[in-house]
Amino acid sequence: MSEERMSVIVTTIASLLFPFIFIFSFYVIMHGHLTPGGGFQGGAIGASAIVMLIVAYGAREVYKKASDEKLSIFESVGGLLFVLVGILGFILAASFLSNFLVGEPIFGNIPPFGSNPGELNSGGILPLLNIAVGMKVIGGLASVVLIMALAGGEKK
Amino acid sequence: MKKAIIFVVFAAFLFFAAYEIHPFGELDDSRMDDYIIENAQNETAANNVVTSVVFDYRGYDTLGEATVLFTAIAGALVVLRRVKNE
Repeated sequence: MSEERMSVIVTTIASLLFPFIFIFSFYVIMHGHLTPGGGFQGGAIGASAIVMLIVAYGAREVYKKASDEKLSIFESVGGLLFVLVGILGFILAASFLSNFLVGEPIFGNIPPFGSNPGELNSGGILPLLNIAVGMKVIGGLASVVLIMALAGGEKK
Repeated sequence: MKKAIIFVVFAAFLFFAAYEIHPFGELDDSRMDDYIIENAQNETAANNVVTSVVFDYRGYDTLGEATVLFTAIAGALVVLRRVKNE
């Protein structure tokens, strides 16, 4: 059981780095409408943080904290959020996925034309969709790597 | 004989398509690009025009991409879960 676990140095550094990588992932997701990146890229970064924990601690130990069922639920909630935002656009504005938040107080500030520093409180529904896709990618990639590590570690 | 005829017909179509293809490096109609560059910041309130295309103008495409991801992950979980339970 504990032979999957790497040495104390590796596990300590992995635990130290994990929150920073996750914060960076959240930053890339949240600034998807301002800087390069977005839901897919930030989600891949967050999934790689969980993969780092799997490498350091072994799949079983990570499975106790975050099983693939939980990660799948996280992913499905992201997918539902995406569709829900699309349907809200259908109800509140013209069509499915129409940007109904432009000009509203939440995420609705319209930036001036041309290059400008940008602000977080803009983008309409784009930040919501980025969060949804980010949740999907974090949950999906992490659950796939976790289940593959569990299946690969099985030796009889 | 039949195979040869089918081969010739398909080769003719292929060469015709290759002959009619858009010349490499030549400028294309730019009305769509101009529209997006002019109006993306006003219509989607986002500075990153690439994101506004991916998530707003082509939102259906991103929804399909997310569905592809979901299907791939569901397939991987279905195939590998049996190993875990045995």
